[in-house]
Amino acid sequence: MRTDAQPRVAAGPDGRPPFAETAYGRRKLRQESAARAVFLAMTLLMVAPLVAIVAHLVVEAWPALSLEFLLDVPRNRMTEGGIWSALVGTIYLVAISLAVAAPIGVLAAVYLNEYAKDTWFNRIINLAVINLAGVPSIVHALFGLGAFVYAARFGFSVMAASLTLAIMTLPVIIASTREALAAVPTAFREACWNVGASRWQTIRGVVLPNSISGILTGIILQVSRAAGETAPVMFTGAVLYKAVERGSLFPYYLDDQCMALSMHLYVLTTQVPNVAHAIPYATAVVLLGSVLLVNAAAIGLRVWLRNRKRW
Amino acid sequence: MAIDPRAKIEVEGLRLAYGHREAIRGVSFDVQANEILGIIGPAQSGKTSLLRCLNRTIDFVAGAHVTGTIRVDGEDVRRVRDVFDLRRRIGMVAPLPVGLPMSIYDNVAFAPRCAGITSRGELDGRVERCLRQAALWDEVKDRLGSLGTKLSGGQQQRLTIARALSHEPEILCLDEFSIAIDPVTTMRIEDVLRELKREVTIILVTNLTQQARRLADRTMFLMAGELVEIGPNAVVFSDAPAQRKTYEYISGLFG
Repeated sequence: MRTDAQPRVAAGPDGRPPFAETAYGRRKLRQESAARAVFLAMTLLMVAPLVAIVAHLVVEAWPALSLEFLLDVPRNRMTEGGIWSALVGTIYLVAISLAVAAPIGVLAAVYLNEYAKDTWFNRIINLAVINLAGVPSIVHALFGLGAFVYAARFGFSVMAASLTLAIMTLPVIIASTREALAAVPTAFREACWNVGASRWQTIRGVVLPNSISGILTGIILQVSRAAGETAPVMFTGAVLYKAVERGSLFPYYLDDQCMALSMHLYVLTTQVPNVAHAIPYATAVVLLGSVLLVNAAAIGLRVWLRNRKRW
Repeated sequence: MAIDPRAKIEVEGLRLAYGHREAIRGVSFDVQANEILGIIGPAQSGKTSLLRCLNRTIDFVAGAHVTGTIRVDGEDVRRVRDVFDLRRRIGMVAPLPVGLPMSIYDNVAFAPRCAGITSRGELDGRVERCLRQAALWDEVKDRLGSLGTKLSGGQQQRLTIARALSHEPEILCLDEFSIAIDPVTTMRIEDVLRELKREVTIILVTNLTQQARRLADRTMFLMAGELVEIGPNAVVFSDAPAQRKTYEYISGLFG
């Protein structure tokens, strides 16, 4: 029996001490640590192959990697030398395709997100954009072959290949731009409309300044996609080998055929006998490196613009 | 100036439906120039929708269907070709504060700029005048370049009011302007509204029946999209308004 002299034990409303362990509470804690462990394991599982790939590539490519490898052209039936012709070709293709796709994609997205009403016509356009973004690149390649190489008579050329890449990246740019625009709160637009701003004044004054980081990120991520795809350029303008001067900045005209990194890697690994072991690996490292570089630039840009974000 | 026999705003048989849901069911009233019309009523009574019909931002709502007419200065708002000009003539203060993601100065200068005013001197003058009217000037005059979105809720609400005044409207609509503002500032703004009445016509939507009683010349009681009663405050807030429901709502028996 308890007396007043004994220390008092606090009791909750149901008579038990507060914060006492319950079976349910213990189960909850167990679940919590189990969930955490599973998620962590999946994250590590995801990172492991990536690290393995990069490590393997760099180790295998190490003997060939040098600045000279970047600047020199392939020599001796592509078994020696560097990859300048392919590197500069890829830069050309990506730059031209983005110069075409980015303005069209961004402006179309602005129309779809800011102007278009919810009609059946616009729903079909939306559906088309979403589906086009999911079309395999080989299909875009066939379309480019038919449309640009033959129908438009650009021939097998830088121009045809760039436009094919542009067609491939366009729907994704539209989708990512729309997402960035939709992230700007509607309340901002309504505030502008209430004071007599037109749609365009609203877009210029409030919507674009606050979505530009997302828009640019979406565009830049398409750089890596355009650089990496093989099929679209293989069908429309990229060739096995093209003689180019070492380090030349303007090796291709728009109606020339060109070399491209992705295509070059495919060719080195499957078509050319007696290539030094390190050269295809070094090519892959350059391709991967440039993609990572561009993605890093996208992240940097996003961070920089987000620091200026205003709400 | 000759006295205009016509009311500033005339609303006739206004109906509004969102899809199949009727939000306003045939409302007719008018607003005289330079009066303050209070609009009271419980949630979902159509107060905010009414304002959106007036400045035609209802156009942006998909599925909204408006019938009946609203005339401003005798002109049907749905026939107005330059809808941006219509909206410039009607200042609108939304219930939730929205500071635009730009500097305080730009927040207030945005509307004049959209109206084509570029002179720095004129913009400066307007920004100061509007911020003073919204009782915000003293708090922000030293940091006009900082972001409007970084202000506190109450300050942003006053910024919203300054913005609504910045395009020099003839009609000012305030939708629950005081829910984010402390009582002292609310009183300051109410004083400003009494001043402004000489120049503009004011529609004051409010959940605070006492605010309508203090401020308005006439008050309108809406319920479920129908006009229950409109009349001078002396009648509406008396012990014997025309409708029993009005008395019950105002004295807190329901709603």
